[in-house]
Amino acid sequence: MDPTDTIVIRPEHGLASLQLGELWRYRELLGFLAWRDIRVRYKQSVLGVLWVLITPVVTMAIFSVIFGRVARIPSDGAPYPIFCFVGLLPWLFFSQSLQRATASVVAEHNLLTKVYFPRLIVPVAATLAPLVELGIASSVLVAMMVWYGLVPSLHAFVLAPLCVAWAWLLAIGAGTLLSAANVHYRDVGQMIPFLVQVWMYASPVVYPVSMFPETWRFVLGLNPMVGVIEGLRFAVLGHGSLPVASLAVSAGVSLLLLVTGVLSFKRMERTFADVV
Amino acid sequence: MIRVEGIGKRFRLGSTVRHDTLRDAIAHRFTRRGPGPERDPAELWALRDVSFDVDEGEVVGVVGRNGAGKSTLLKVMSRITPPTEGCIRLRGRVASLLEVGTGFHAELSGRENIFMNGAILGMTRREIRSRFDAIVAFAEVERFLDTPIKHYSSGMHVRLAFAVAAHLEPEILLVDEVLAVGDAEFQKKCLGRMDDVARSGRTVLLVSHNMAAIQQVTSRCLLFEKGRLERDGATAEVVAAYLSSGERGAVAADLTTDHPDFHIQQVRFDEESQSPGFNQPMRFELTLSLRRPFRTVGFGLGIYNSLGVRLLTSRCVVDDLDEGKTTLSIRIADHHLPPGQYALSLGIARGTQKIHYAENVLRFALSDLGVHEPLLQPYLARQRDQIGAFVPGRWEKR
Repeated sequence: MDPTDTIVIRPEHGLASLQLGELWRYRELLGFLAWRDIRVRYKQSVLGVLWVLITPVVTMAIFSVIFGRVARIPSDGAPYPIFCFVGLLPWLFFSQSLQRATASVVAEHNLLTKVYFPRLIVPVAATLAPLVELGIASSVLVAMMVWYGLVPSLHAFVLAPLCVAWAWLLAIGAGTLLSAANVHYRDVGQMIPFLVQVWMYASPVVYPVSMFPETWRFVLGLNPMVGVIEGLRFAVLGHGSLPVASLAVSAGVSLLLLVTGVLSFKRMERTFADVV
Repeated sequence: MIRVEGIGKRFRLGSTVRHDTLRDAIAHRFTRRGPGPERDPAELWALRDVSFDVDEGEVVGVVGRNGAGKSTLLKVMSRITPPTEGCIRLRGRVASLLEVGTGFHAELSGRENIFMNGAILGMTRREIRSRFDAIVAFAEVERFLDTPIKHYSSGMHVRLAFAVAAHLEPEILLVDEVLAVGDAEFQKKCLGRMDDVARSGRTVLLVSHNMAAIQQVTSRCLLFEKGRLERDGATAEVVAAYLSSGERGAVAADLTTDHPDFHIQQVRFDEESQSPGFNQPMRFELTLSLRRPFRTVGFGLGIYNSLGVRLLTSRCVVDDLDEGKTTLSIRIADHHLPPGQYALSLGIARGTQKIHYAENVLRFALSDLGVHEPLLQPYLARQRDQIGAFVPGRWEKR
């Protein structure tokens, strides 16, 4: 923080500037908030961080039985469990981030009314703990690949992180939008569980996009998670070809969501301290 | 260093009809479409036309009654809530301390909370690490550093919280009423620390109800009244003005009650009627405006010291209250309360039905004019109202 900085405070109207520099200056606080989330989440629990592994593994097992064995949903030629797990990882990350980000601003109301810091930090920090959890849970994926004897191609090492980054930006976009809305309308918090459930079945977590005719995939791509999951599947499992068209649509929608989310958050944050 | 120009902050009372659920918001939209002119929501200017400058290294106190706009000023200056009009320029690194222990988490250990809280207050990790030992020593919690603070006593909690805050080293420090924490011993330590901070050349804005602290630490004071800056001058002078205004005009007006036919126009502490000296009767006046007669109404008064401890309760029943405007007055003699700042609570009920209850209806001062009680003297320098009723006693040899 440069001591020669002059802070000018005046009424704000219209579109807010993003003040990314300010955000960068407060990066340590971002880290601390994320670190606190992780610390607190697994304190006083016997299994602790193991829960990060248990949740996706058990979900995968259940889905494998129901959708893989009973419903016999195709899996693009890959073993169903690993097919499902590659979809679950980004999905669980996204849904966790979305839920925690939405609740975050209201949950931190005592910070918002007592201290200044760029408010954007709050929902963004809420997505960081799930990101770390995603990293830990990925070890299961590595183990499964060894078990099934799958060797990732080289482009996986570029594509997979890109897909994760994509999912993260998407979570920030949707999370900022919903967290700001939640300050004024607590209905949003009530709505989230349903939203997450519907969104999951609208995303190719338990089924492949290839189940649908070519013309429909484009429409499916309007759900940005389709791009993330299909992209990650292509990267890790390497089946088929990169679904460029739906990926492009997903990317466009994601970008739109990110910009809308962050801008509307910045616009609404002025009244947070008075309303929350 | 600090330049405040024409700052105003408006709250829409209309928007206190908050739309916490979507349904309310939608309902509100529709009701507003009804015939007739659109109602302008009632507005409240918590601050209006406030301008002042603070030079580098100045330590300025901010005083005023509750609701005068002091805390809003600090919130606007610390960028928690934006102003409605005007402009503020701050040169240098700003830290605001509106509360101690912001962001403390019960599950985290003392050590972890020091880092967490420090980061929230704007310290970098390096700064926290370099001051860590000083913070721990100040808070006197060495032995419990790795215990989750949910196991801390409230005293330890407060000490740790203040210790972190006290080691902030910004160029501009905005402080709101945080000195009123902890036991007397620790308060003294906090005040000492504030003094050090003030002397170290930092620019400080301190909001407090504690006139002793204000007088000890600051040299200049701003007096706020109903959102406006009433006075700006040397501390002694402003504090005197504030206290005397408080003594004469301790009045609360237009209190809402739970009963539509029962309106309280005014509650007043009648300073004029009080003669100088210790244990002089105090008189309160209550102006009611009733839309119908009331029978057997109970009136309860509570008197609190500046720590919020209830020291005295008085209750009486009034049998016949006629329709229209009525002024009641009560005289409380032999209260044995020493000079100091007190707050009044007022409860009104008919049988078991509550008509009105509010704490801190008004603040009033019992002045130390003409108090010559020699046994009371040692307490007058400090504590004052915190000692409760004072009754001179005598130890006899047996």
